[in-house]
Amino acid sequence: MMGSFKPAKKDEEDGGGNPYHNVDKTSVLQEARVFNDTPVNVKRCTHVLTKILYLLNQGEILSEKEATDVFFAMTKLFQSNDLVLRRLVYLGIKELCGVAKDTIIVTSSLTKDMTGREDQYRAPAIRALCRITDATMMLSIERYMKQAIVDRAPGVSSAALVSCRHIMKDSPEVVKRWVSEVQEALVSDGVMVQFHALGVLHQIRKSDKLAVTKMVSKLISSGLRSPYAICFLIRIVARLIEEDEAGTDSRLFDFLEAMLRHKAEMVIYEAANAIVTLKRSSARELAPAISVLQLFLSNPKPTLRFAAVRTLSKVAMTQPNAVAACNLDLENLIQDVNRSIATLAITTLLKTGSEGSVDRLMKSISSFLNDISDEFKIVVVEALRALALKYPRKQSVLMNQLADMLRGEGGLPYKEAIATTIITIIEDNPEAKEKGLDHLCEFIEDCEHTTLAVRILHLLGREGPRTRRPARYIRFVYNRVILENAAVRAAAVSVLAKFGAQCESLLSNILVLLQRCMMDTEDEVRDRATYYHAVLSTKDSALIHRYILNPPQYALASLERALVQYLRTDTTATFDTKTLPTAPPPQEEKKTPNIMETASRPEERVVPSHEKYAEQLAAIPRFARLGPLFKSSAPLELTEAETEYMVRCIKHTFLNYIVLQFDCTNTLNDQLLEGVNVVVEGDGWEVEASIPCPSLPYSQLGSCYSLLPIPEDIMSTTGTLSATLKFKVRDCDPATGEPDTDEGYEDDYTLEDVEISVADHVQRAARSNFAAGWDELGAANELEDTFALAAMNTLEEAVAQITQFLGMHPCDRSDRVPDGKSSHILYLAGTYRGGHEVLVRAKLALSDGVTMQLTVRSDDPEVSEIIASAVG
Amino acid sequence: MSGLLNPTLYMIKGIAILDNDGNRIFTKYYDPTIFTSVKEEKKFEKNLFQKTHRANAEVIMLDRLTCVYRSNVDLFFYVMGASEENELILVSVLSCLYDAVSAILRKNVEKRMLLDNLDIIMLAIDEICAGGIPLETDPQVVSQRVALRMEESPFNDQTVTQVLQSAREQLKWSLLK
Repeated sequence: MMGSFKPAKKDEEDGGGNPYHNVDKTSVLQEARVFNDTPVNVKRCTHVLTKILYLLNQGEILSEKEATDVFFAMTKLFQSNDLVLRRLVYLGIKELCGVAKDTIIVTSSLTKDMTGREDQYRAPAIRALCRITDATMMLSIERYMKQAIVDRAPGVSSAALVSCRHIMKDSPEVVKRWVSEVQEALVSDGVMVQFHALGVLHQIRKSDKLAVTKMVSKLISSGLRSPYAICFLIRIVARLIEEDEAGTDSRLFDFLEAMLRHKAEMVIYEAANAIVTLKRSSARELAPAISVLQLFLSNPKPTLRFAAVRTLSKVAMTQPNAVAACNLDLENLIQDVNRSIATLAITTLLKTGSEGSVDRLMKSISSFLNDISDEFKIVVVEALRALALKYPRKQSVLMNQLADMLRGEGGLPYKEAIATTIITIIEDNPEAKEKGLDHLCEFIEDCEHTTLAVRILHLLGREGPRTRRPARYIRFVYNRVILENAAVRAAAVSVLAKFGAQCESLLSNILVLLQRCMMDTEDEVRDRATYYHAVLSTKDSALIHRYILNPPQYALASLERALVQYLRTDTTATFDTKTLPTAPPPQEEKKTPNIMETASRPEERVVPSHEKYAEQLAAIPRFARLGPLFKSSAPLELTEAETEYMVRCIKHTFLNYIVLQFDCTNTLNDQLLEGVNVVVEGDGWEVEASIPCPSLPYSQLGSCYSLLPIPEDIMSTTGTLSATLKFKVRDCDPATGEPDTDEGYEDDYTLEDVEISVADHVQRAARSNFAAGWDELGAANELEDTFALAAMNTLEEAVAQITQFLGMHPCDRSDRVPDGKSSHILYLAGTYRGGHEVLVRAKLALSDGVTMQLTVRSDDPEVSEIIASAVG
Repeated sequence: MSGLLNPTLYMIKGIAILDNDGNRIFTKYYDPTIFTSVKEEKKFEKNLFQKTHRANAEVIMLDRLTCVYRSNVDLFFYVMGASEENELILVSVLSCLYDAVSAILRKNVEKRMLLDNLDIIMLAIDEICAGGIPLETDPQVVSQRVALRMEESPFNDQTVTQVLQSAREQLKWSLLK
């Protein structure tokens, strides 16, 4: 019966279901010779051209020569007037124009089609033509384009407008001249024409805010017909509202609200989404948008439900109360056949739900988890984590749920997410610690993922010894030594050593276990066991502390470089580890985005690593002898954004010197700067050398440097330097960048001051065990002082400020202030320039501002003093 | 910045037609930054098919793309947009694609028929989306613009009743829009 419906069939091949099954490039390119036959064999050529397009679509790559040959053969097909064939040729032109050479040869054929009488040709010909023309060629077809934009056939007009938008990516100037035609198209009857015209018009006016505002208010009052155009308009309006913090035209918001009552669902959703995404929307303004979305939640169309629940879950992150009204509808969605919708519903509920609903939600989750994929499970786990932090009292229920999930099926990312969540809960709530550790111990008994096992072992080593009964963990750890692969065994040995170092009662047993590990088949395991056994057997607490609990953390690359250097010189002197930079503890790693996360993050400027800077500076001969780089500061802006010249300063600290690196950008396209230098002056600071940047063309980054010896007296190592940018200007042609004159003139430009603070002399350092380090350092060089920090209103603020001010690293997660506490202790660790270890304990209390008792310990009295004075 | 949508015409990131093994029949990606190689594209398509071929649930989020889909017999149609894109716009493009294909194939939406008419299908997709911009969303307009062959050999296989039937269907579709 189907046979009777079949239209004219093409040549069939024996490919089972797929006539293109056996198509390969070489033979098709052979077949393409048929394009050259006269008269054109329409049927055959159509078939061959379809095959070529099919191949290209499958990802077959043609070389430039092959593409050019096919392209030229294809131009012969313009002789035929068959509609399908001609339009396939247009497609071919668009596909090949990126690879083939000399494609402009078809310009005249396409221009003819575009201006001809046949509507079927005109629209696609315009689109093909605009793909092969560049800005200069555009002028020759300008007249036709203008006509096409206002053509009465909507297809032609749309094609022209869409082509305009494509052209604007490369040459926006041309299209700007057609603005009146585009405006005329905006009032067209064509649904799509209106949308395309608005898109082009907005692109033309985008940078002129006043013009956009005008355009918008005109369109709001006149009204658009096309729902697509209205969606577009809503996006422009939302942007306008967001950009104006104060005094927004209330008509704009009224428009958004009015669109909630539009007849097209697409528009209603667009408006609701815009309203809830706007930061300034108040609860009252949110309400109508939320209720529209709530209605969508029970709509029979899955996409509508999906869109609504996705948007609501976004709102729930910031304003859970606003969404709470939808909880009932959301609970119904947990059973939705579309698992994406169900997952979004559950995670939203986890955010909006009250403490009382947690138990009920957990029940629905367990039944729900069985039939969703790992990606969604991770989303649920993350929601559970947020919930656990929000309701500490429900942690035992949540922990049980997580433990169940940990036992269930799942891949590494999923298991990792659960383990991370349990670890977070443990760290957040000391009461949950033992239970959490038990769950994790049980998990590693049967864990196939090495990385995860190692991570959990490491955690056990850190937390286990400090629990009430450390002995019970030994069995789990030692089981790993017996049962697991080398990486896990090695980690387990290290953990055993940590228990031995901290729990005296266990020491003798641990030594026996370590002795057994010395028989291991793997070098690394044996090495570790021998090493730890030797250190622990000394029973020397200083040694144990230094080599097991808080081992030195050198930057490995610097250590290597220093050792190579040392071997080249006189090796009779002992190698001094004091001058070596310690590796700064890794910044908190960025969370990998989960499947449901939508908003793309703003791109962050990549700050080069310590290593990168060290290499760059070592390459400059003048700086090669300064020794290892101790620390580089974060880039500091010395100019306002968007000024003529932009300068950023990076402070590099060496043992006895500071190098100021100035990254300069010239934003004037009619100037070439030469001999660019930054002159710095300050009390007690002398510039020993400066390296100017010889030439700074428009928009390129150039660096100049100043070398300053650090004053001997440790108390004068901080200060403020005034900075001036000095350079020689040569005017030049903006287009080419070539200077007009040989002569230039001197000029300068005042920059903001460069501050050299205590933090520039301190490198962050991690202490896995702060208390041990604190006792080890002793009270010999202790300084204590009390400060009133009147400007601070919260403990969080104080913690962040102090940490930043001292440039040290918070230990034992003391940077997190539990909610609702009025006092807190912050532990900081760092290394002062010259390799002096510094530890700081700051007791903070909230009372009309923040009161702080600061205790500093270090191995040098002067260092203690300068750190203590830094806060004052 | 904020989560507000960027006003841009480039709303569609890709269109795909896959067969019932998840193999590509015809796909177009309009944003070269999403996938850097054909290999990645095909990997994504396989993954997409894996996740969608069983449940007919219309929408899924995958690799930071929102994909709306529809299937019939042995064909799967997908339209993809950025993850924050208005799903309803994507669905309108998808319905246009599906209905246009259905009209071109005279309701026989299946692999064999589609491959036999691949040239026309390619033209139709070109009419629906131009480099990421939705060009036309009315399936009737699309099928009219590309259904050139039918004019050449008008209804030689169809009986009068069938023609009437299909005309009635078309009218119904246009009313339902």
